[in-house]
Amino acid sequence: MLIIDCPYCGERDETEFSYGGEAGIARPQHPESLTDAEWADYLFMRSNPRGPHRELWNHAQGCRRWFVAVRDTVTYRFSETAALQAGASGDAE
Amino acid sequence: MSRYSVFSLLRNAISHNRNWPQAWRSPAPKPAYDAIIVGGGGHGLATAYYLAKEHGLRNIAVLEKGWIGGGNTGRNTTIVRSNYLWTEAAQLYEKSLKLWEGLSAELNFNVMFSQRGVYNLGHTLQDMRDIERRVSANRLNGIDAEVVSPAEIARRIPYLNMSRTSRYPILGASFQGRGGVARHDAVAWGFARAADSCGVDIIQQCEVVGIRKRGDEVCGVETTRGFIASKKVGVVVAGHASVLAGMAGIRLPIESHPLQAFVSEPLKPVLDTVVMSNAVHGYISQSDKGELVIGAGIDAYNGYGQRGSFHTIEHAMAAIIELFPIFSRARMLRQWGGIVDVSPDACPIISKTPVRGLYFNCGWGTGGFKATPGSGWVFAHTIANDAPHELNAAFDLARFSSGALIDEHGAAAVAH
Repeated sequence: MLIIDCPYCGERDETEFSYGGEAGIARPQHPESLTDAEWADYLFMRSNPRGPHRELWNHAQGCRRWFVAVRDTVTYRFSETAALQAGASGDAE
Repeated sequence: MSRYSVFSLLRNAISHNRNWPQAWRSPAPKPAYDAIIVGGGGHGLATAYYLAKEHGLRNIAVLEKGWIGGGNTGRNTTIVRSNYLWTEAAQLYEKSLKLWEGLSAELNFNVMFSQRGVYNLGHTLQDMRDIERRVSANRLNGIDAEVVSPAEIARRIPYLNMSRTSRYPILGASFQGRGGVARHDAVAWGFARAADSCGVDIIQQCEVVGIRKRGDEVCGVETTRGFIASKKVGVVVAGHASVLAGMAGIRLPIESHPLQAFVSEPLKPVLDTVVMSNAVHGYISQSDKGELVIGAGIDAYNGYGQRGSFHTIEHAMAAIIELFPIFSRARMLRQWGGIVDVSPDACPIISKTPVRGLYFNCGWGTGGFKATPGSGWVFAHTIANDAPHELNAAFDLARFSSGALIDEHGAAAVAH
């Protein structure tokens, strides 16, 4: 079981959280102007790295807030959790 | 290759089993091959075997970074069935099931394929509607399937909890009698031995670290044992598909997740079939050694670690005990994880890529074992002809931009 450091509540068991997948995938501003390949890239393609992964978690059974984490997908160790920036869907940049 | 038979068994018994020949060679890699298969699991070995046998290629290498069958081939719960909802998927898995039915004879290796039947339980009215629909679809596709009533289930599976007052009462099931289980290691070994006898070089401890291209064409792979040239490279590496695709500059709609399974201590024969439940999410069979073989669902997060979280195991075990209260005191012996390559529509990608001569076979997710022979068969066809077989034409990478997904999520008898 992972111990996840919620930026709002501190360390809690994984069972309190739900996983939101890769972070930083912003919905395109003008979907109608995208090609099918670009739309497919937004909808389906994922970086799926072996190593550090920026991802979204939701503290579903706690504060119910979303946040961004960096976790190694091999060791499963979290190196960072941080609150989402205002107005960004997991895209802190 | 010396054939295995009752006579070779007797002959070797007399010599105290000291003179069995090695089942496959361990050659050093040649500088170039006509085709390279990356990944020495069941699917990769089957691909190499059918490339050699059906398409006449002789100069083939299978590159495996660890040992053959040490990945998901040796980590699954060995269930084989073909009762998928959609025609494309059903025909692909049915091709595989037909190959399973003759596989031991074909490979001269006992893969212990046991057609003991597979039950998919329904616990709600909607489950039962889905089961009726899927069984009808299966029958239209020429796949054996039947809807089984609770009374009949109770008769056939004596220890299953059929109580009307349980939290998720069993209202019925679908049954595929030709489904069953096979010995997973034997599948890897059987394909390896048969491929080797066709001249395929199986090279273990050889990790691919780069894919070399000339323009938009593949020209070989960089490995931990040097560069190996080939104009045709087939990649079938399950959980690491995205990593290999990245080496060629391709993005895949795949996410890798841990999938766990476990076995109990060996018990006397108690369960002679395979029972799967979508709603409470567990699946169980009993191995020939007597162990209960139990599969969990995937862990939610991306992971390459071949292990998952304990609460996932707990959830699967709770489902099994709900179904079979008699197993509540069985002790679990071993637990392990594999890395599964989950695609958005729970269907595989068996496809050409934007790089000429580079082929990918991935996205089998949680259900690849059953497809081992069929996957190899269609992938070999795709590589040999530089074009998909009609059975895997719909499973191309382009379906994610065309929108022609084959949505087997949940429809495929169990939630993926």
